[in-house]
Amino acid sequence: MKRWRNSRVREQAAGYLFILPNFAGYVVFVLTPILFSLYLVFVDWEYLKGFAGIRWVGLDNFRELGNDPKFLHSLKNNVVFTAISVPASMIIGLLLAVLLNKYVYMRNTLRTIIFLPYMASLAAVSVIWSIMYNASSGPINAFLKSIGIAHPPGWLSSPQSALYAIIIMSVWMTIGYTMIIYLAGLQGISKDLYEAADIDGASKLRQLLQITVPMLSPTTFLILITQLIWSFQVFAPVAIMTQGGPIDSTMVLSYHIYLEAFRFYKMGYAAAMSWVLFAIIFVVTIVQWQGQRRWQNHF
Amino acid sequence: MQPAAEAIPTTRIPVRKQPGLRIAVKIAVTVILAAFAVLMMIPFLWMLSTSFKINAEVFRYPIEWIPKTWHWDNYKKVWTGPNAFGIYYLNSMKITSITVIGNLLTSAMAGFAFAKLRFKGREFLFLLYLSTMMIPGQVLLLPRFILFDHMRLINTHWSLILPGMFTVFGTFLLRQFFSTLPNELLEAARVDGAGFWRMFWQIALPLTKPALVTLMIITFNWHWNEYEGPLIFLRSRELFTIPLGLTTYVEEMGTNYVMTMAASVSSFIPLLIVVVIGQRWFVEGIASSGLKG
Repeated sequence: MKRWRNSRVREQAAGYLFILPNFAGYVVFVLTPILFSLYLVFVDWEYLKGFAGIRWVGLDNFRELGNDPKFLHSLKNNVVFTAISVPASMIIGLLLAVLLNKYVYMRNTLRTIIFLPYMASLAAVSVIWSIMYNASSGPINAFLKSIGIAHPPGWLSSPQSALYAIIIMSVWMTIGYTMIIYLAGLQGISKDLYEAADIDGASKLRQLLQITVPMLSPTTFLILITQLIWSFQVFAPVAIMTQGGPIDSTMVLSYHIYLEAFRFYKMGYAAAMSWVLFAIIFVVTIVQWQGQRRWQNHF
Repeated sequence: MQPAAEAIPTTRIPVRKQPGLRIAVKIAVTVILAAFAVLMMIPFLWMLSTSFKINAEVFRYPIEWIPKTWHWDNYKKVWTGPNAFGIYYLNSMKITSITVIGNLLTSAMAGFAFAKLRFKGREFLFLLYLSTMMIPGQVLLLPRFILFDHMRLINTHWSLILPGMFTVFGTFLLRQFFSTLPNELLEAARVDGAGFWRMFWQIALPLTKPALVTLMIITFNWHWNEYEGPLIFLRSRELFTIPLGLTTYVEEMGTNYVMTMAASVSSFIPLLIVVVIGQRWFVEGIASSGLKG
Protein backbone atom coordinates (compact mmCIF):
# COMPACT_ATOMS: atom_id res chain seq x y z
CA MET A 1 0.00 0.00 0.00
CA LYS A 2 2.74 2.38 0.90
CA ARG A 3 4.69 1.46 -2.17
CA TRP A 4 1.64 2.07 -4.34
CA ARG A 5 1.07 5.51 -2.91
CA ASN A 6 4.72 6.26 -3.27
CA SER A 7 4.65 5.40 -6.95
CA ARG A 8 1.56 7.59 -7.50
CA VAL A 9 3.35 10.50 -5.88
CA ARG A 10 6.37 9.90 -8.04
CA GLU A 11 4.23 9.81 -11.15
CA GLN A 12 2.63 13.13 -10.18
CA ALA A 13 6.03 14.69 -9.65
CA ALA A 14 7.29 13.29 -12.95
CA GLY A 15 4.22 14.68 -14.70
CA TYR A 16 4.85 18.20 -13.43
CA LEU A 17 8.56 18.00 -14.21
CA PHE A 18 7.92 16.82 -17.77
CA ILE A 19 5.47 19.61 -18.40
CA LEU A 20 7.45 22.32 -16.66
CA PRO A 21 9.79 23.49 -19.46
CA ASN A 22 7.02 23.77 -22.01
CA PHE A 23 4.53 25.19 -19.53
CA ALA A 24 6.92 27.86 -18.26
CA GLY A 25 7.53 28.98 -21.83
CA TYR A 26 3.81 28.81 -22.52
CA VAL A 27 3.00 31.09 -19.58
CA VAL A 28 5.63 33.66 -20.52
CA PHE A 29 5.32 33.69 -24.31
CA VAL A 30 1.71 32.68 -24.95
CA LEU A 31 -0.63 33.04 -21.99
CA THR A 32 0.67 36.31 -20.55
CA PRO A 33 0.84 38.00 -23.96
CA ILE A 34 -2.73 36.91 -24.67
CA LEU A 35 -4.04 38.31 -21.38
CA PHE A 36 -2.04 41.50 -21.81
CA SER A 37 -3.35 41.90 -25.33
CA LEU A 38 -6.92 41.53 -24.03
CA TYR A 39 -6.20 44.41 -21.67
CA LEU A 40 -4.62 46.53 -24.42
CA VAL A 41 -7.86 46.39 -26.37
CA PHE A 42 -9.42 48.79 -23.84
CA VAL A 43 -6.63 51.35 -23.67
CA ASP A 44 -5.06 54.12 -25.64
CA TRP A 45 -1.32 53.99 -25.20
CA GLU A 46 1.24 56.62 -26.13
CA TYR A 47 3.85 53.93 -26.30
CA LEU A 48 6.95 56.08 -26.17
CA LYS A 49 5.92 57.47 -22.77
CA GLY A 50 6.07 54.00 -21.23
CA PHE A 51 3.39 52.72 -18.86
CA ALA A 52 2.55 56.31 -17.87
CA GLY A 53 1.16 56.82 -21.38
CA ILE A 54 -1.67 54.31 -20.88
CA ARG A 55 -5.21 55.67 -20.72
CA TRP A 56 -8.35 53.55 -20.26
CA VAL A 57 -10.79 54.19 -23.11
CA GLY A 58 -13.29 51.35 -22.78
CA LEU A 59 -14.72 50.30 -26.10
CA ASP A 60 -13.49 53.35 -28.02
CA ASN A 61 -11.02 51.30 -30.04
CA PHE A 62 -13.82 49.16 -31.42
CA ARG A 63 -15.96 52.22 -32.14
CA GLU A 64 -13.04 53.70 -34.06
CA LEU A 65 -12.77 50.52 -36.11
CA GLY A 66 -16.28 51.03 -37.47
CA ASN A 67 -15.30 54.47 -38.77
CA ASP A 68 -11.94 53.46 -40.20
CA PRO A 69 -12.28 53.11 -43.98
CA LYS A 70 -8.91 51.37 -44.13
CA PHE A 71 -10.14 48.71 -41.73
CA LEU A 72 -13.36 48.11 -43.66
CA HIS A 73 -11.34 47.97 -46.85
CA SER A 74 -9.00 45.40 -45.27
CA LEU A 75 -11.93 43.24 -44.23
CA LYS A 76 -13.35 43.30 -47.73
CA ASN A 77 -9.97 42.48 -49.28
CA ASN A 78 -9.41 39.60 -46.87
CA VAL A 79 -12.79 38.15 -47.79
CA VAL A 80 -12.19 38.51 -51.55
CA PHE A 81 -8.69 37.05 -51.21
CA THR A 82 -9.95 34.05 -49.26
CA ALA A 83 -13.12 33.47 -51.28
CA ILE A 84 -11.14 33.18 -54.52
CA SER A 85 -7.78 31.74 -53.54
CA VAL A 86 -8.95 28.96 -51.22
CA PRO A 87 -11.51 27.28 -53.52
CA ALA A 88 -9.26 27.72 -56.56
CA SER A 89 -6.33 26.11 -54.81
CA MET A 90 -8.49 23.26 -53.51
CA ILE A 91 -10.09 22.42 -56.85
CA ILE A 92 -6.80 22.44 -58.75
CA GLY A 93 -5.10 20.50 -55.95
CA LEU A 94 -7.82 17.85 -55.96
CA LEU A 95 -7.65 17.40 -59.75
CA LEU A 96 -3.88 17.07 -59.63
CA ALA A 97 -4.07 14.58 -56.78
CA VAL A 98 -6.62 12.38 -58.58
CA LEU A 99 -4.52 12.32 -61.74
CA LEU A 100 -1.24 11.79 -59.91
CA ASN A 101 -2.72 9.02 -57.80
CA LYS A 102 -3.51 6.71 -60.70
CA TYR A 103 -2.90 7.91 -64.18
CA VAL A 104 0.73 8.97 -64.51
CA TYR A 105 4.30 7.79 -64.87
CA MET A 106 7.07 9.58 -62.93
CA ARG A 107 4.64 10.22 -60.12
CA ASN A 108 7.18 11.22 -57.46
CA THR A 109 9.06 13.60 -59.72
CA LEU A 110 5.92 15.42 -60.78
CA ARG A 111 4.68 15.53 -57.21
CA THR A 112 7.90 17.06 -55.93
CA ILE A 113 8.01 19.71 -58.67
CA ILE A 114 4.43 20.83 -58.08
CA PHE A 115 5.03 20.81 -54.33
CA LEU A 116 8.20 22.94 -54.56
CA PRO A 117 6.63 26.45 -54.53
CA TYR A 118 5.00 25.64 -51.20
CA MET A 119 8.40 25.03 -49.60
CA ALA A 120 9.88 28.28 -50.93
CA SER A 121 9.86 31.36 -48.74
CA LEU A 122 7.04 33.81 -49.36
CA ALA A 123 9.65 36.57 -49.33
CA ALA A 124 11.64 35.13 -52.24
CA VAL A 125 8.50 34.21 -54.14
CA SER A 126 7.07 37.71 -53.70
CA VAL A 127 10.29 39.25 -54.99
CA ILE A 128 10.28 37.09 -58.13
CA TRP A 129 6.62 37.63 -58.93
CA SER A 130 6.72 41.37 -58.39
CA ILE A 131 9.31 41.69 -61.15
CA MET A 132 7.48 39.28 -63.44
CA TYR A 133 4.32 41.35 -62.91
CA ASN A 134 6.09 44.53 -64.07
CA ALA A 135 3.31 46.23 -66.07
CA SER A 136 5.26 47.94 -68.83
CA SER A 137 7.87 45.36 -69.70
CA GLY A 138 7.62 42.30 -67.40
CA PRO A 139 7.57 38.84 -68.99
CA ILE A 140 3.93 38.20 -68.12
CA ASN A 141 2.62 41.24 -69.97
CA ALA A 142 5.13 40.75 -72.76
CA PHE A 143 3.65 37.29 -73.25
CA LEU A 144 0.07 38.58 -73.08
CA LYS A 145 0.84 41.26 -75.69
CA SER A 146 2.50 38.69 -77.93
CA ILE A 147 -0.68 36.61 -78.01
CA GLY A 148 -2.71 39.64 -79.06
CA ILE A 149 -3.93 41.20 -75.81
CA ALA A 150 -3.30 44.87 -76.53
CA HIS A 151 -4.05 46.18 -73.05
CA PRO A 152 -3.02 43.60 -70.44
CA PRO A 153 -3.77 44.36 -66.77
CA GLY A 154 -1.45 46.64 -64.83
CA TRP A 155 -1.11 43.91 -62.18
CA LEU A 156 0.52 45.30 -59.04
CA SER A 157 0.48 48.90 -60.26
CA SER A 158 -3.27 49.08 -60.82
CA PRO A 159 -5.87 49.14 -58.03
CA GLN A 160 -8.20 47.04 -60.20
CA SER A 161 -5.82 44.11 -60.52
CA ALA A 162 -3.31 44.24 -57.65
CA LEU A 163 -5.29 42.03 -55.29
CA TYR A 164 -5.89 39.48 -58.06
CA ALA A 165 -2.20 39.44 -58.88
CA ILE A 166 -1.45 38.44 -55.30
CA ILE A 167 -4.27 35.87 -55.39
CA ILE A 168 -2.81 34.21 -58.50
CA MET A 169 0.60 33.98 -56.87
CA SER A 170 -0.83 32.54 -53.69
CA VAL A 171 -2.82 29.89 -55.58
CA TRP A 172 0.36 28.96 -57.44
CA MET A 173 2.07 28.55 -54.12
CA THR A 174 -0.58 26.58 -52.24
CA ILE A 175 -1.78 24.03 -54.80
CA GLY A 176 1.25 21.91 -53.87
CA TYR A 177 -0.02 21.75 -50.30
CA THR A 178 -3.64 20.93 -51.15
CA MET A 179 -2.44 18.32 -53.65
CA ILE A 180 -0.24 16.58 -51.08
CA ILE A 181 -2.97 16.43 -48.46
CA TYR A 182 -5.52 15.20 -51.02
CA LEU A 183 -3.06 12.54 -52.18
CA ALA A 184 -2.78 11.30 -48.61
CA GLY A 185 -6.57 11.31 -48.33
CA LEU A 186 -6.93 9.31 -51.56
CA GLN A 187 -4.73 6.54 -50.18
CA GLY A 188 -7.41 5.93 -47.57
CA ILE A 189 -10.24 5.19 -50.01
CA SER A 190 -10.89 1.49 -50.52
CA LYS A 191 -10.32 0.18 -54.06
CA ASP A 192 -13.39 -2.05 -53.70
CA LEU A 193 -15.64 0.98 -54.13
CA TYR A 194 -14.19 1.73 -57.56
CA GLU A 195 -14.27 -1.91 -58.62
CA ALA A 196 -17.93 -2.13 -57.67
CA ALA A 197 -18.61 1.06 -59.63
CA ASP A 198 -16.72 -0.35 -62.64
CA ILE A 199 -18.91 -3.42 -62.53
CA ASP A 200 -22.01 -1.24 -62.42
CA GLY A 201 -20.69 0.59 -65.46
CA ALA A 202 -20.30 4.00 -63.81
CA SER A 203 -18.17 6.42 -65.83
CA LYS A 204 -14.90 7.76 -64.44
CA LEU A 205 -16.41 11.21 -64.06
CA ARG A 206 -19.34 9.81 -62.08
CA GLN A 207 -16.91 7.84 -59.91
CA LEU A 208 -14.99 11.04 -59.22
CA LEU A 209 -18.10 12.98 -58.26
CA GLN A 210 -19.95 10.23 -56.40
CA ILE A 211 -17.17 8.22 -54.74
CA THR A 212 -13.95 10.24 -54.59
CA VAL A 213 -15.33 13.62 -53.64
CA PRO A 214 -17.70 12.41 -50.87
CA MET A 215 -15.15 9.99 -49.44
CA LEU A 216 -12.62 12.80 -49.28
CA SER A 217 -14.87 15.12 -47.31
CA PRO A 218 -12.89 14.87 -44.03
CA THR A 219 -9.74 15.79 -45.97
CA THR A 220 -11.58 18.61 -47.69
CA PHE A 221 -12.70 20.09 -44.38
CA LEU A 222 -9.21 19.83 -42.98
CA ILE A 223 -7.69 21.66 -45.96
CA LEU A 224 -10.50 24.20 -45.90
CA ILE A 225 -9.84 25.08 -42.27
CA THR A 226 -6.04 25.30 -42.54
CA GLN A 227 -6.24 27.28 -45.78
CA LEU A 228 -8.89 29.68 -44.46
CA ILE A 229 -6.82 30.40 -41.36
CA TRP A 230 -3.71 30.83 -43.45
CA SER A 231 -5.32 33.12 -45.99
CA PHE A 232 -6.90 35.40 -43.39
CA GLN A 233 -3.42 35.97 -41.97
CA VAL A 234 -1.72 36.71 -45.30
CA PHE A 235 1.07 39.20 -44.67
CA ALA A 236 4.39 38.81 -46.48
CA PRO A 237 3.16 39.18 -50.11
CA VAL A 238 1.31 42.38 -49.25
CA ALA A 239 4.20 43.80 -47.22
CA ILE A 240 6.74 43.03 -49.94
CA MET A 241 4.84 43.49 -53.19
CA THR A 242 2.43 46.37 -52.62
CA GLN A 243 2.54 47.71 -49.03
CA GLY A 244 -1.24 47.64 -49.14
CA GLY A 245 -1.50 49.86 -52.23
CA PRO A 246 -2.21 51.13 -54.77
CA ILE A 247 -4.82 53.22 -52.92
CA ASP A 248 -5.45 50.51 -50.31
CA SER A 249 -6.56 48.00 -52.94
CA THR A 250 -4.47 45.26 -51.30
CA MET A 251 -4.71 46.41 -47.67
CA VAL A 252 -5.39 43.36 -45.50
CA LEU A 253 -5.96 43.01 -41.76
CA SER A 254 -2.55 41.63 -40.84
CA TYR A 255 -0.73 44.39 -42.68
CA HIS A 256 -3.03 47.08 -41.27
CA ILE A 257 -2.32 45.73 -37.77
CA TYR A 258 1.39 45.80 -38.49
CA LEU A 259 1.26 49.43 -39.64
CA GLU A 260 -0.81 50.64 -36.68
CA ALA A 261 1.31 48.77 -34.12
CA PHE A 262 4.86 49.03 -35.37
CA ARG A 263 4.84 52.15 -37.53
CA PHE A 264 2.43 54.37 -35.58
CA TYR A 265 2.74 52.59 -32.20
CA LYS A 266 -1.04 52.64 -31.69
CA MET A 267 -0.88 49.49 -29.57
CA GLY A 268 -4.45 49.56 -28.22
CA TYR A 269 -6.03 50.09 -31.60
CA ALA A 270 -3.84 47.45 -33.26
CA ALA A 271 -4.62 44.97 -30.48
CA ALA A 272 -8.36 45.54 -30.98
CA MET A 273 -7.92 44.83 -34.67
CA SER A 274 -5.93 41.66 -33.99
CA TRP A 275 -8.78 40.34 -31.86
CA VAL A 276 -11.22 41.04 -34.66
CA LEU A 277 -8.98 38.88 -36.84
CA PHE A 278 -9.10 36.17 -34.19
CA ALA A 279 -12.90 36.44 -33.97
CA ILE A 280 -13.21 35.95 -37.72
CA ILE A 281 -10.92 32.92 -37.70
CA PHE A 282 -12.76 31.49 -34.71
CA VAL A 283 -16.22 31.88 -36.22
CA VAL A 284 -15.12 30.48 -39.57
CA THR A 285 -13.58 27.44 -37.88
CA ILE A 286 -16.64 26.76 -35.72
CA VAL A 287 -18.94 27.05 -38.71
CA GLN A 288 -16.72 24.58 -40.56
CA TRP A 289 -16.85 22.12 -37.68
CA GLN A 290 -20.63 22.30 -37.53
CA GLY A 291 -20.83 21.96 -41.28
CA GLN A 292 -18.58 18.93 -41.20
CA ARG A 293 -20.73 17.20 -38.57
CA ARG A 294 -23.92 17.80 -40.48
CA TRP A 295 -22.31 16.77 -43.77
CA GLN A 296 -20.97 13.52 -42.34
CA ASN A 297 -24.37 12.62 -40.89
CA HIS A 298 -25.66 12.39 -44.43
CA PHE A 299 -23.52 9.33 -45.09
CA MET B 1 -36.07 -7.97 -69.92
CA GLN B 2 -32.86 -7.97 -67.99
CA PRO B 3 -30.56 -5.25 -69.28
CA ALA B 4 -28.66 -5.11 -65.99
CA ALA B 5 -27.51 -8.69 -66.28
CA GLU B 6 -26.30 -8.03 -69.79
CA ALA B 7 -24.55 -4.81 -68.84
CA ILE B 8 -22.16 -6.54 -66.51
CA PRO B 9 -20.09 -8.50 -69.02
CA THR B 10 -20.15 -5.85 -71.75
CA THR B 11 -18.85 -3.04 -69.56
CA ARG B 12 -16.52 -5.12 -67.49
CA ILE B 13 -14.62 -6.88 -70.21
CA PRO B 14 -13.49 -3.80 -72.16
CA VAL B 15 -12.09 -2.21 -69.00
CA ARG B 16 -10.13 -5.29 -68.06
CA LYS B 17 -9.01 -6.23 -71.52
CA GLN B 18 -7.71 -2.97 -72.93
CA PRO B 19 -4.31 -2.49 -71.37
CA GLY B 20 -3.30 -0.59 -74.52
CA LEU B 21 -5.93 2.06 -73.87
CA ARG B 22 -4.89 2.34 -70.24
CA ILE B 23 -1.29 2.93 -71.21
CA ALA B 24 -2.29 5.50 -73.81
CA VAL B 25 -4.35 7.38 -71.21
CA LYS B 26 -1.49 7.21 -68.75
CA ILE B 27 1.00 8.59 -71.26
CA ALA B 28 -1.36 11.40 -72.26
CA VAL B 29 -2.00 12.41 -68.66
CA THR B 30 1.72 12.24 -67.87
CA VAL B 31 2.47 14.59 -70.75
CA ILE B 32 -0.23 17.03 -69.67
CA LEU B 33 0.93 17.03 -66.05
CA ALA B 34 4.58 17.36 -67.08
CA ALA B 35 3.61 20.45 -69.09
CA PHE B 36 1.78 21.74 -66.05
CA ALA B 37 4.81 21.08 -63.85
CA VAL B 38 7.01 23.06 -66.25
CA LEU B 39 4.48 25.90 -66.11
CA MET B 40 4.68 25.79 -62.31
CA MET B 41 8.45 26.03 -62.53
CA ILE B 42 8.49 29.06 -64.85
CA PRO B 43 8.91 31.66 -62.07
CA PHE B 44 11.90 29.73 -60.71
CA LEU B 45 13.41 29.13 -64.16
CA TRP B 46 12.96 32.79 -65.03
CA MET B 47 14.63 33.78 -61.76
CA LEU B 48 17.55 31.45 -62.43
CA SER B 49 18.05 32.59 -66.00
CA THR B 50 17.72 36.30 -65.13
CA SER B 51 20.25 36.01 -62.35
CA PHE B 52 23.01 35.32 -64.90
CA LYS B 53 22.16 38.23 -67.24
CA ILE B 54 22.89 41.93 -67.39
CA ASN B 55 20.08 44.41 -66.75
CA ALA B 56 19.66 45.36 -70.41
CA GLU B 57 18.67 41.75 -71.20
CA VAL B 58 16.16 41.20 -68.38
CA PHE B 59 12.95 42.22 -70.14
CA ARG B 60 13.84 41.11 -73.65
CA TYR B 61 11.05 39.24 -75.38
CA PRO B 62 10.88 36.45 -76.51
CA ILE B 63 12.52 35.44 -73.25
CA GLU B 64 16.11 34.23 -73.63
CA TRP B 65 15.96 31.27 -71.27
CA ILE B 66 19.65 30.50 -71.76
CA PRO B 67 21.73 33.66 -71.20
CA LYS B 68 24.09 34.51 -74.07
CA THR B 69 26.97 34.93 -71.67
CA TRP B 70 26.86 33.70 -68.09
CA HIS B 71 27.52 36.57 -65.67
CA TRP B 72 28.72 34.74 -62.60
CA ASP B 73 29.93 38.04 -61.14
CA ASN B 74 26.30 38.78 -60.08
CA TYR B 75 26.69 36.00 -57.55
CA LYS B 76 30.12 37.15 -56.55
CA LYS B 77 28.63 40.53 -55.63
CA VAL B 78 25.84 38.94 -53.58
CA TRP B 79 28.18 36.70 -51.61
CA THR B 80 30.99 39.21 -50.93
CA GLY B 81 31.18 42.78 -49.67
CA PRO B 82 29.78 44.42 -46.53
CA ASN B 83 26.28 42.91 -46.76
CA ALA B 84 27.31 39.47 -47.98
CA PHE B 85 24.64 36.78 -47.90
CA GLY B 86 26.70 34.37 -45.78
CA ILE B 87 25.79 36.10 -42.52
CA TYR B 88 22.05 35.70 -43.22
CA TYR B 89 22.63 32.00 -43.69
CA LEU B 90 24.45 31.67 -40.40
CA ASN B 91 21.69 33.60 -38.63
CA SER B 92 18.90 31.52 -40.19
CA MET B 93 20.71 28.28 -39.42
CA LYS B 94 21.35 29.29 -35.83
CA ILE B 95 17.77 30.43 -35.17
CA THR B 96 16.15 27.53 -36.98
CA SER B 97 18.26 24.77 -35.45
CA ILE B 98 17.97 25.96 -31.84
CA THR B 99 14.25 26.59 -32.24
CA VAL B 100 13.50 23.26 -33.88
CA ILE B 101 15.51 21.16 -31.42
CA GLY B 102 14.21 23.08 -28.41
CA ASN B 103 10.65 22.83 -29.60
CA LEU B 104 10.92 19.09 -30.29
CA LEU B 105 12.30 18.49 -26.81
CA THR B 106 9.86 20.58 -24.76
CA SER B 107 6.88 19.48 -26.89
CA ALA B 108 7.81 15.82 -26.64
CA MET B 109 8.20 16.01 -22.85
CA ALA B 110 4.94 17.86 -22.34
CA GLY B 111 3.12 15.72 -24.90
CA PHE B 112 4.32 12.57 -23.15
CA ALA B 113 3.15 13.84 -19.77
CA PHE B 114 -0.26 14.86 -21.15
CA ALA B 115 -0.71 11.47 -22.81
CA LYS B 116 0.83 8.99 -20.41
CA LEU B 117 1.37 10.38 -16.90
CA ARG B 118 -1.40 10.87 -14.35
CA PHE B 119 -1.19 14.05 -12.32
CA LYS B 120 -3.59 16.54 -10.79
CA GLY B 121 -4.76 19.30 -13.12
CA ARG B 122 -3.76 17.47 -16.29
CA GLU B 123 -7.13 17.85 -17.99
CA PHE B 124 -7.40 21.49 -17.02
CA LEU B 125 -3.93 22.34 -18.32
CA PHE B 126 -4.57 20.51 -21.57
CA LEU B 127 -7.83 22.39 -22.06
CA LEU B 128 -5.96 25.63 -21.42
CA TYR B 129 -3.46 24.69 -24.14
CA LEU B 130 -6.22 23.76 -26.56
CA SER B 131 -8.15 26.96 -25.97
CA THR B 132 -5.16 29.07 -26.98
CA MET B 133 -4.16 27.00 -30.01
CA MET B 134 -6.32 28.93 -32.43
CA ILE B 135 -5.08 32.38 -31.43
CA PRO B 136 -3.36 33.75 -34.55
CA GLY B 137 0.23 35.00 -34.57
CA GLN B 138 -0.87 38.59 -35.11
CA VAL B 139 -2.52 38.66 -31.69
CA LEU B 140 0.67 37.41 -30.03
CA LEU B 141 3.22 39.52 -31.91
CA LEU B 142 2.11 42.80 -30.42
CA PRO B 143 2.21 41.95 -26.69
CA ARG B 144 5.39 39.94 -27.30
CA PHE B 145 6.98 43.03 -28.78
CA ILE B 146 6.13 44.98 -25.62
CA LEU B 147 7.36 42.11 -23.44
CA PHE B 148 10.66 41.80 -25.32
CA ASP B 149 11.04 45.57 -25.26
CA HIS B 150 11.01 45.39 -21.45
CA MET B 151 13.21 42.30 -21.34
CA ARG B 152 15.64 44.12 -23.66
CA LEU B 153 15.39 41.30 -26.16
CA ILE B 154 14.39 43.41 -29.17
CA ASN B 155 17.05 43.17 -31.85
CA THR B 156 18.38 39.86 -30.53
CA HIS B 157 17.92 36.38 -31.94
CA TRP B 158 16.33 35.34 -28.66
CA SER B 159 13.21 37.30 -29.58
CA LEU B 160 12.69 34.75 -32.35
CA ILE B 161 14.11 31.65 -30.68
CA LEU B 162 12.34 31.79 -27.32
CA PRO B 163 8.72 31.93 -28.49
CA GLY B 164 9.44 29.21 -31.04
CA MET B 165 10.79 26.79 -28.46
CA PHE B 166 7.53 26.34 -26.55
CA THR B 167 4.66 25.74 -28.93
CA VAL B 168 1.14 24.62 -28.22
CA PHE B 169 0.89 23.09 -31.68
CA GLY B 170 3.93 20.85 -31.14
CA THR B 171 2.70 19.69 -27.76
CA PHE B 172 -0.71 18.90 -29.17
CA LEU B 173 0.65 17.02 -32.19
CA LEU B 174 2.98 14.84 -30.12
CA ARG B 175 0.42 14.29 -27.36
CA GLN B 176 -1.96 12.87 -29.97
CA PHE B 177 0.77 10.55 -31.16
CA PHE B 178 1.88 9.40 -27.69
CA SER B 179 -1.75 8.60 -26.87
CA THR B 180 -1.76 5.90 -29.54
CA LEU B 181 1.09 3.99 -27.86
CA PRO B 182 -0.20 1.01 -25.84
CA ASN B 183 0.00 1.49 -22.07
CA GLU B 184 1.18 -2.12 -21.61
CA LEU B 185 4.47 -1.22 -23.21
CA LEU B 186 5.21 1.40 -20.59
CA GLU B 187 3.85 -0.75 -17.75
CA ALA B 188 6.23 -3.52 -18.75
CA ALA B 189 9.16 -1.13 -18.62
CA ARG B 190 8.00 0.02 -15.23
CA VAL B 191 7.89 -3.50 -13.86
CA ASP B 192 11.46 -3.85 -15.06
CA GLY B 193 12.30 -0.91 -12.84
CA ALA B 194 12.71 1.81 -15.47
CA GLY B 195 12.27 5.38 -14.26
CA PHE B 196 9.95 7.82 -16.06
CA TRP B 197 12.79 9.49 -17.91
CA ARG B 198 13.97 6.15 -19.28
CA MET B 199 10.42 5.22 -20.24
CA PHE B 200 10.21 8.46 -22.15
CA TRP B 201 13.67 8.55 -23.67
CA GLN B 202 14.29 4.89 -24.49
CA ILE B 203 10.82 3.52 -25.19
CA ALA B 204 8.26 6.20 -26.07
CA LEU B 205 10.49 8.58 -28.03
CA PRO B 206 11.95 6.07 -30.51
CA LEU B 207 8.43 4.92 -31.32
CA THR B 208 7.29 8.46 -32.19
CA LYS B 209 9.92 9.05 -34.86
CA PRO B 210 7.40 9.69 -37.66
CA ALA B 211 5.61 12.34 -35.60
CA LEU B 212 8.91 13.92 -34.59
CA VAL B 213 9.99 14.11 -38.22
CA THR B 214 6.67 15.70 -39.12
CA LEU B 215 7.00 18.32 -36.40
CA MET B 216 10.62 18.93 -37.33
CA ILE B 217 9.80 19.59 -40.96
CA ILE B 218 6.86 21.87 -40.23
CA THR B 219 8.80 23.95 -37.72
CA PHE B 220 11.88 24.03 -39.93
CA ASN B 221 9.83 25.26 -42.87
CA TRP B 222 8.08 27.83 -40.69
CA HIS B 223 11.17 29.33 -39.04
CA TRP B 224 13.38 29.18 -42.10
CA ASN B 225 10.84 31.13 -44.14
CA GLU B 226 9.31 33.36 -41.48
CA TYR B 227 9.14 37.00 -42.46
CA GLU B 228 6.90 38.97 -40.08
CA GLY B 229 8.70 38.07 -36.82
CA PRO B 230 12.20 39.07 -37.99
CA LEU B 231 10.77 42.20 -39.63
CA ILE B 232 9.34 43.34 -36.31
CA PHE B 233 11.98 42.15 -33.84
CA LEU B 234 15.28 42.63 -35.68
CA ARG B 235 16.88 46.00 -36.45
CA SER B 236 20.57 45.42 -37.17
CA ARG B 237 21.52 44.16 -40.58
CA GLU B 238 24.05 41.66 -39.22
CA LEU B 239 21.25 39.88 -37.31
CA PHE B 240 18.86 39.48 -40.26
CA THR B 241 17.59 36.11 -41.43
CA ILE B 242 17.56 35.07 -45.10
CA PRO B 243 14.05 36.33 -46.02
CA LEU B 244 14.58 39.69 -44.33
CA GLY B 245 18.13 40.02 -45.68
CA LEU B 246 16.76 39.30 -49.15
CA THR B 247 13.97 41.89 -49.08
CA THR B 248 16.26 44.54 -47.60
CA TYR B 249 18.78 43.86 -50.36
CA VAL B 250 16.05 44.01 -52.98
CA GLU B 251 14.86 47.39 -51.70
CA GLU B 252 18.38 48.76 -52.00
CA MET B 253 18.91 47.36 -55.47
CA GLY B 254 15.70 48.96 -56.78
CA THR B 255 15.51 48.22 -60.49
CA ASN B 256 18.81 46.36 -60.58
CA TYR B 257 16.87 43.20 -61.33
CA VAL B 258 19.75 40.88 -62.09
CA MET B 259 21.18 41.41 -58.62
CA THR B 260 17.72 40.98 -57.13
CA MET B 261 17.36 37.65 -58.88
CA ALA B 262 20.87 36.48 -58.00
CA ALA B 263 20.00 37.21 -54.37
CA SER B 264 16.69 35.33 -54.67
CA VAL B 265 18.42 32.31 -56.14
CA SER B 266 20.98 32.49 -53.34
CA SER B 267 18.20 32.55 -50.77
CA PHE B 268 16.40 29.62 -52.32
CA ILE B 269 18.82 27.09 -53.79
CA PRO B 270 20.07 25.43 -50.57
CA LEU B 271 16.51 24.85 -49.40
CA LEU B 272 15.71 23.42 -52.82
CA ILE B 273 18.57 20.94 -52.50
CA VAL B 274 17.41 19.91 -49.03
CA VAL B 275 13.83 19.41 -50.25
CA VAL B 276 14.82 17.39 -53.30
CA ILE B 277 17.15 15.14 -51.31
CA GLY B 278 14.64 14.64 -48.51
CA GLN B 279 11.52 14.76 -50.69
CA ARG B 280 10.01 11.64 -49.19
CA TRP B 281 10.39 13.08 -45.69
CA PHE B 282 9.05 16.48 -46.62
CA VAL B 283 6.08 15.26 -48.56
CA GLU B 284 5.08 12.65 -46.01
CA GLY B 285 5.80 14.96 -43.10
CA ILE B 286 3.50 17.66 -44.43
CA ALA B 287 0.88 15.13 -45.47
CA SER B 288 0.67 13.42 -42.09
CA SER B 289 0.53 16.72 -40.22
CA GLY B 290 -2.50 17.48 -42.29
CA LEU B 291 -4.20 14.25 -41.41
CA LYS B 292 -3.53 14.29 -37.69
CA GLY B 293 -3.21 17.96 -36.81
